[in-house]
Amino acid sequence: MDVLFLSRLQFAVATYFHFLFVPLTLGLSLLVAIMQTKWYRSGDPDYLRMTKFWGKLFLINFAIGVVTGITLEFQFGTNWSRYSIFVGDVFGSLLAIEATSAFFLESTFLAVWFFGWDRISKKLHLASIWLVAIGSNLSAFWILAANAWMQSPVGYEIRNGRAELTDFFAVIFQPFEVLEFIHTIGGAYILAGFFVLGISAWHLLRRNEQTFFRKSFSLAAVWTLVFALFEVLQGHMNAEILHHKQPMKLAAMEAHWETKAGAPMHLILWPDAENERNSVEALTVPSLLSILANYDPDTEVKGLKSVPPADRPPVLPTFLAFRAMVGLAFVFIALSAWAVLKRGDPEGSPLLLKLLVFAIPLPYIANELGWTVAEIGRQPWIVYGVMRTSDAVSPIAGSQVAVSVVAFIVVYTLLGAADFYLLAKYARRGPVESRDAGY
Amino acid sequence: MLETIWFVLWGVLWTGYFVLDGFDLGLGLLMPFLAKNDTERRLVFNAQGPFWDGNEVWLIAAGGVTFAAFPKTYAVMFSSLYTPLLLLLFALIFRGISLEMRSKDPATWWRNTWDACMTGGSFAAALLLGVAFANIFKGLPLDKDGILQGNLLTLLNPYGLLGGALFVLLFSVHGSLWLTIKVGGELRERGAAMAARLWPVLLAVAVAFLGMTAVVTDLYANIGRWPVLTVFPLLAVAGLAGTRFFLARRAWWKAWGSSAATIAGAAAFGISGLYPRLLPSSIDPSATLTAFNSASSALTLSIMLGVALLIMPIVVAYQSWVYRRFSFEISAEDLEKGNAY
Ligand code: HDD
Ligand code: HEM
Ligand code: HEM
Repeated sequence: MDVLFLSRLQFAVATYFHFLFVPLTLGLSLLVAIMQTKWYRSGDPDYLRMTKFWGKLFLINFAIGVVTGITLEFQFGTNWSRYSIFVGDVFGSLLAIEATSAFFLESTFLAVWFFGWDRISKKLHLASIWLVAIGSNLSAFWILAANAWMQSPVGYEIRNGRAELTDFFAVIFQPFEVLEFIHTIGGAYILAGFFVLGISAWHLLRRNEQTFFRKSFSLAAVWTLVFALFEVLQGHMNAEILHHKQPMKLAAMEAHWETKAGAPMHLILWPDAENERNSVEALTVPSLLSILANYDPDTEVKGLKSVPPADRPPVLPTFLAFRAMVGLAFVFIALSAWAVLKRGDPEGSPLLLKLLVFAIPLPYIANELGWTVAEIGRQPWIVYGVMRTSDAVSPIAGSQVAVSVVAFIVVYTLLGAADFYLLAKYARRGPVESRDAGY
Repeated sequence: MLETIWFVLWGVLWTGYFVLDGFDLGLGLLMPFLAKNDTERRLVFNAQGPFWDGNEVWLIAAGGVTFAAFPKTYAVMFSSLYTPLLLLLFALIFRGISLEMRSKDPATWWRNTWDACMTGGSFAAALLLGVAFANIFKGLPLDKDGILQGNLLTLLNPYGLLGGALFVLLFSVHGSLWLTIKVGGELRERGAAMAARLWPVLLAVAVAFLGMTAVVTDLYANIGRWPVLTVFPLLAVAGLAGTRFFLARRAWWKAWGSSAATIAGAAAFGISGLYPRLLPSSIDPSATLTAFNSASSALTLSIMLGVALLIMPIVVAYQSWVYRRFSFEISAEDLEKGNAY
């Protein structure tokens, strides 16, 4: 069996799954820290109850994020050993720094926070949730530095048959990394915002704990709108840098075939990769692609045909994922703006509340779509322009990988189901303090 | 020089991992023998509650450092041990997730399932780590392309299995002793009795392992070269004796500390005996990966060293603080307060 295909499938299954849990960790850790800070400052018992209620959901989600993360770290060695040998000098250190600087911090202080109620001073206890939030966001910074280097390799030289580091700061502070980091955490904050909004809306529709959920609602509404607006303005910069760093990804995102100046953008479009053209192109805005890529209508934008077909990423998935992500971004702005307007009396707008409940999955989808653009659009390269994915795979038997792919799918499905069950159960139960709440 | 420093740090991370997560794994795998009812099982879970995740990060850091400092070793080790490593991974997944899941639903089948995951996952992880390290000490059948000439069964040779048994026993004693620190009453007595019962078995397996090591590996050769390395086997022996001595005197912390010294001594003995090899090949000496032929560039090693010297002391400081602050004795009443597993 084909090791390359199976390894790709396994990596995709494992990362998509990991990233179902990661964004909520990144966003909700901060929201819980903010709630606890409000309690610390004001003494308002509602904020204490909010900290505990949302904190419990945070913990249930966190557990799976942790155990699925180890898979990813192992996989570079198990499935992509040729890649690991080639890039270890640059890439490995980022993972090692992530573990020592961020994972130790978040896992240690999460335990301090959870087990430390009434055991350590209020101030130290507050500090521990902030350290968790800082630790997880720091871990995102380092892992995205590693990913950004694969997308846009800098600060290295090919020596001794491998990529050797020449400039560490170029690797961690390159614009590509900074943008990827900001955009990813922005998406994560939006997701956490909709999570809090959606669950609050569910309870408000049932008139449960109204003060409690109104407070949660209005905190999350403002937070979500801020990041939803930010994400759109900032996401444009991610597209712009692709014009310089990964022209073929940009071309695939827009299904842009011919290299030309004054490249237009078609609002309605359907690519036909086989015939290297688009079967539908309508609502065309002249020169818009050139303007977006470089603020200049005369900029030449490279088309897919400028490289041989073997060097092009799969066009249809990249294109569709990008369109859908951008479309969702505007849905998020609309919904969160509406929520901000109604935050004084959310029960007065049952339609909004219902929509918010159904909106919970949308940012999950948007985040996964974003990674689809970034990772599928990077193909056929594992390190853009330097190493092909097909050259990266381990020299191992396909049968082993086939068995492990199946094992991952089975185990992850069960874990996902158990976790979803618990999240739903505790989310519906609301802020109950009594012991029989299950702990 | 840098290569040697990183070899030492690599060994320190693995040793730290075994000493710390060792007691979690031991507690988990012994749970059905230590705890008789639901409350006691929860106490066993909560005895590792504040620590296990921070402990597990030592493994993640050891993996990360292998990748960063010795990428070729990382690549060959992980790909050639594909199946055992994925089994280890699944074992750790089940162990980790059961802590968070178990007590969140009262249904018996739910709790039994996660209890089984805890026990099975902890046992499999301890066993696999032992089998893997014993095989590394002995040398793996790696050809010059770093491909393993064999399969999972190749690893299950007598020496490998003996290594697995050694790890399971070391961790079991370590875990039972941790229980004597964290709980009181009957459960503490059961932990102490368990440690006392397992100790002679551990002694026998340890002697057999050391004897067989002399025959099938050349780990002792480095002691001939650098006699100071004798401190490691001595530490292990002293730790083992100390465990029994302090256990009899009911000095729980000291007994646990001695068992930590046993594990640290044993791990350091094995790893220092490997130096400078990280992954010896048993069929082709030129395929052996060492700290020198698989290291990263000097620049990467120096940057990483700076980072390690800056961060690791801080990590050790706050983790020790957590151990001091959270090693208080827990009882059934603590489980009612809400902040327990
Ligand atoms: C630090 C590195 C890194 C990071 C942060 C991510 N990936 Fe990635 N991704 C890889 C490193 C990588 C890789 C090891 O390089 C793969 C394996 C094959 C390949 O080309 O790249 C890959 C492949 C890969 C594929 C298969 C693409 C294909 O073969 O056609 C998918 C679908 C994803 N990734 C999805 C994700 C998701 C959902 C991520 C969110 C967490 C993610 N990646 C983060
Ligand atoms: C493919 C690359 C990735 C690898 C190798 C990786 C590795 C890991 C590992 C080993 C853990 C477990 C840590 C522990 O036990 O505490 C983890 C958890 C985590 N990872 Fe990843 N990860 C990857 C992708 C990402 C990305 C892209 C992000 C964020 C943008 C991310 C953010 C996190 C966070 C926040 C956690 C904490 C646990 C949680 O999510 O609930 N990871 N990761
Ligand atoms: C108009 C709005 C948006 C634009 C223009 C935009 C643009 C982009 C672009 C160009 C990429 C690819 C970057 C690369 O390959 O390096 C990307 C990736 C991504 N997007 Fe978006 N995006 C938008 C909205 C969103 C929203 C609302 C979310 C989530 C809630 C999101 C989540 C992601 C994620 C997780 C990635 C992958 C990580 C990365 O490469 O940064 N995006 N986005």
